Amino acid sequence: MSEDFKGGRLNSIVRTVENHFVTGLAVLSTVLVVAPLVAVFSYLLYKGASSLNWAFFTKLPVPVGETGGGMANSIIGSAVVLGLGSLLGIPVGIAAGVYLAEFGRGRVLANMVRFTADVLNGVPSIVMGISVYALIVLREKHFSAYAGGAALGIMMVPTITRTTEEMLLTVPHNIREAALGLGVPNWRAVCSVMLRTASPGIITGCMLAFARVAGETAPLLFTAFGNEFWPTGLNQPIAALPLQIYTYAISPYDDQHRLAWAGALVLIVLIMVSVTLVRYVTSRGVLKGAS
Amino acid sequence: MTSDQETSSASESNSEQISPIRIYLAGRGSSATADKSFVGLMLLCALSIFAIVLFIAYQLTISSSLSLHKFGVGFFFRSAWDPVNGNFGALPFIFGTLVTSFLALLISVPLAIGVAVFITEMCPQAFRTSLSFLTELLAAIPSVVYGLWAIFVLIPLMRDYVNPVLIHLLGWTGLFGGYNLGLGLLTAGVILAIMILPIISSLTREVMMAVPHSQREAVLALGATRWEMIRIGVLQNARIGIVGAVILGLGRALGETMAVTMVIGNSPKISHSLLAPGHTMASVIANEFSEASDDMYLSALIEIGLALFIVTVIVNAFARLLVWAVTRGAPDRAA
Repeated sequence: MSEDFKGGRLNSIVRTVENHFVTGLAVLSTVLVVAPLVAVFSYLLYKGASSLNWAFFTKLPVPVGETGGGMANSIIGSAVVLGLGSLLGIPVGIAAGVYLAEFGRGRVLANMVRFTADVLNGVPSIVMGISVYALIVLREKHFSAYAGGAALGIMMVPTITRTTEEMLLTVPHNIREAALGLGVPNWRAVCSVMLRTASPGIITGCMLAFARVAGETAPLLFTAFGNEFWPTGLNQPIAALPLQIYTYAISPYDDQHRLAWAGALVLIVLIMVSVTLVRYVTSRGVLKGAS
Repeated sequence: MTSDQETSSASESNSEQISPIRIYLAGRGSSATADKSFVGLMLLCALSIFAIVLFIAYQLTISSSLSLHKFGVGFFFRSAWDPVNGNFGALPFIFGTLVTSFLALLISVPLAIGVAVFITEMCPQAFRTSLSFLTELLAAIPSVVYGLWAIFVLIPLMRDYVNPVLIHLLGWTGLFGGYNLGLGLLTAGVILAIMILPIISSLTREVMMAVPHSQREAVLALGATRWEMIRIGVLQNARIGIVGAVILGLGRALGETMAVTMVIGNSPKISHSLLAPGHTMASVIANEFSEASDDMYLSALIEIGLALFIVTVIVNAFARLLVWAVTRGAPDRAA
């Protein structure tokens, strides 16, 4: 009897120790995960902030050996390529999301679309790059801003589709019924009531997709290609911020490294601002004003 | 199913006396055509997602036909990579991809599960949101920025501190031979681990939260400690979803391009040392595509892309099915 009791005591001590040990491990792994984040950010801030200046935003890159110069053309180029990508990706993505949420409920086809969108989300960006290269660049025999935009646009579609669908599903059913009860045609109810009610969520979804492709380099390597000068046309190779960072990062010159850090800082600030905004809007409750 | 029927039945009950509203609506004409074309347009956009996948598969197959015909399936088992003589094989790149992805999983899976456990089960409510936000920020950093950081911070760190220790302790295994350059398969694995951590941990968190609270309460009621509750009540129930999350992370690791290209050292050789430079399927495309001067070279690179596409589609589809199997029907309790 007392033997049993002692065994129970020992067992409980072992279990308590084990419990604390595992808690310690979980805390340790959290620290280990946050550490690279802090490391990347602090180093980026330290290196990037000391290299940022007015010229960075206004000047063209200079040839190797000269100091100064900036990435103005890359910033504009990125804006152009991202704009083209959004023109393609946002309407298609939202429309596909509307189909999934409004018309495809419970259908096999809708499930297949949803599944394919998730799978497409995991296809490496470089694969998108070479398929667009094969479609546009090989055919036209030159790199272009169009091709870069197409690659980024394709990448935006699955993300936007899924967030649009999720956001539309959060709209209360009686709002739609109220609209239909007024005799409004179905398409009008979707456009003016459903989409409008869910619009904060859909906009944040679009920004999330935008932020995700804003930093993409791999799909632009063989489509937008990069350019040392101001963009002259959509039919020409065009510079982009991530491409320029890549080129400068692997170059052997200190001046270019400094520009790469500054570019990375600008890129990350842009992305962080949009991601934080997304977080802020969604945590406030997307439909606060509506319901 | 409901809304259309409801509106039609509502209008039928009113149909005896002709109300001004009905006259007004009749004056507006039928919306059937507009409705049908709207649905058609939405459907078209939804179908475009299939079209994108088919388009990628088609373009890659067409553009790699030259090397597909010349080397056949043997392409993936040959280790020759000789652009000058037009002799190509993808084995070194498959090897590099497998080794780096495996290393990345080895490092990141325990950490990711630890973080997920901490956030969902242990962490005070106040920190929960901010911690999960922090891990999501890791996912928002672009690949090229990780690469930049790795070139200037991680590579010196590995060369001067980590690799000497590994050579000293584990040199006898033969996995850490050769020159200690700092770049190489191991460094690529480390940077990949950092990059795939957020996706694994956020999905693990999601499937853990999908486990019903009654499971936790039942185990606790039997007198279990917190760890026993997590192990028996949560991890046991969520294991299929966690496997799905890990496979999804694997899919990300297989296709990750820029950061790997910047630290792996770019050499098409199969080496037994983890410190040796290598190449992955994605990095060889990024690195050599613009140099590919002749059609055969280009088509061999595109064939590697095709293989990467097929593998990632299979891996992702499998992982999604596993995650869906767990989270489907779970109450919406996302933090």
